[in-house]
Amino acid sequence: MSRVGRQTFVYDHPPRIAARTSIVGPKEAKGPLSDQFDILLDDDLLGMKSWELAEGEMVRRAVDHTLKQASLRPEDVEVMISGDLNNQIIASSFAARALGIPFFGQYGACSTFVQSLVLGGALLSGGFLNNAICCASSHFCTAERQFRMPLEMGTQRPPQASWTSTACGCALLTANAQPQDLKVCSGTVGRVVDQQIKDANHMGAAMAPAVYDTIVAHLEDTGRSANDYDLIATGDLGWIGRNLLMELFKRGGVEMPDGKLIDCGNSLFSQEQDPHAGGSGCGCVAAVSCGWLLRRVESGELRRILIAGSGAMLSPTSTLQGETIPSISYAICIEGGA
Amino acid sequence: MDTFLMFAKAFVVGGLICVVGQLLMSLTKLTSARILVLFVVLGVFLGALGIYKPLVDFAGAGATVPLTGFGYNLAVGAFEGVQKYGFWGAFTGGITRNAAGIAAAILFGLLNALIFKPHAKS
Amino acid sequence: MDRQPISPEGYSKLVSKMTPPSRHLRGCVRAFWVGGVICCIGQALTLLGEALHLTELTAPMFTSVVLIFLGTTLTGIGVYDQIGRYAGAGSIVPITGFANSVAAPAIEYRREGMVMGVGARIFQLAGPVLAYGITSSMLVGVLYWIARMWFL
Repeated sequence: MSRVGRQTFVYDHPPRIAARTSIVGPKEAKGPLSDQFDILLDDDLLGMKSWELAEGEMVRRAVDHTLKQASLRPEDVEVMISGDLNNQIIASSFAARALGIPFFGQYGACSTFVQSLVLGGALLSGGFLNNAICCASSHFCTAERQFRMPLEMGTQRPPQASWTSTACGCALLTANAQPQDLKVCSGTVGRVVDQQIKDANHMGAAMAPAVYDTIVAHLEDTGRSANDYDLIATGDLGWIGRNLLMELFKRGGVEMPDGKLIDCGNSLFSQEQDPHAGGSGCGCVAAVSCGWLLRRVESGELRRILIAGSGAMLSPTSTLQGETIPSISYAICIEGGA
Repeated sequence: MDTFLMFAKAFVVGGLICVVGQLLMSLTKLTSARILVLFVVLGVFLGALGIYKPLVDFAGAGATVPLTGFGYNLAVGAFEGVQKYGFWGAFTGGITRNAAGIAAAILFGLLNALIFKPHAKS
Repeated sequence: MDRQPISPEGYSKLVSKMTPPSRHLRGCVRAFWVGGVICCIGQALTLLGEALHLTELTAPMFTSVVLIFLGTTLTGIGVYDQIGRYAGAGSIVPITGFANSVAAPAIEYRREGMVMGVGARIFQLAGPVLAYGITSSMLVGVLYWIARMWFL
């Protein structure tokens, strides 16, 4: 286990991703990545009696599906590291209650999945664990009532607003897996960056400077350039935020070929689905990574990728009090197996 | 012809009041809650100053259906109350005149909660 | 590589530049016709009230109660938010929008119970409207009372 620079962990004993699951809701299932996901939900409520329980059930199903692939039972898993957007991360807590796995609750807003991987990678590489479940979820209906308005309220969204996705991604990290499994090689812990954006609808603008800060930290710490990666995926900046990030790279003198940088929020929905600025929510980067990006690394199409999840750490209280939006980003480097 | 004119006036005036709201929302980034509050308070003061009454006479429902009309009715009610009951009428008049609407909103709101469930959006 | 490529002020300008503007004209046209149609429905109800021989006092009550019924019911069946997404202020500003703002939280918070869920949240948006509307009506009423005392 070693650290390079100020912010980056390099995993000397890289944990492997032994299994992974992506679940998406009905709207996401109609998007362009539809055939990449493992489970497509046709009922937002998953047969439960509240949206919060439904999101918890989605997490539970994702973990369950992941464990089945690896022929493990919940009792065999040493730690579950998971989070979501709800107050007190209640959806993950519901799932952890049902599964009975020792639980690290995480909150990193939309960066939660990558945050979980960075932490899980360190715990495995450091020898504290032999396996861990890393997971994150979001649900349009739980997020909407908590952060915006009741679902039936007839208001308009501004063009910069994003669409919280109903989605969940789950990855099983293990210390002793098959050599062809994906390797989690290094992770960068971000700093909270705040460029004084106050518009709670404009999360892409709030988060782009945090993503910039973390990607630059990662490249500096590891002594690499963007060209050392086949793909750099940001977690939910939306298309306006992605353009802002490209502009920041230009002004900061960071080489970033345009085709190398994609955004999970842009990929999840098509423009015809009217997501405005793009998809968002913890589940977006989690499901797009587990469903699409990791599959592409597995198939050998991509050798080494960097996923930079980003979170706007706002709360309804801070928004009403007129505070600016603190933002965070975590980055994880994943390579194909031998 | 008179009926047609009546509807045309209601349509144009009501539509224009909504356009003012739309412009306020998109140009000043006011939230819908602030728009609603602003329109009601504006209606109260325009009504009290006697500016809104001619609009109501001209456009009928075009002026009373938007929330500024609710504000106008609050002001008219308060004035009526003062005429009838003196000082204390200022406290009762506004609510009295609009009691039916407020009560209906509460009743139908509660009934809705019992009958319907929120729908997921696509 | 520069860790601080831009100042907050410069970034704020950049964000304004790169954020697409709301489409004002399209928004206004939609708000205009939907708001106009809702007012025409109100006008039709007023005529109906006259036909039903309602008095000057009860006819406006009839109009607003029916409009509020329409607003809450369209909210309940999940239509009003779609109208709102299209029309913006065109369906927020009319009294039906007020009804929507009462019904939407009432439905949404049913799962938190009838008292602290529905009962407390039902005024999430209508509360501010009533609070400031009623307070200003009392204010102008008192001013009117003073004016009558002194000048009339």
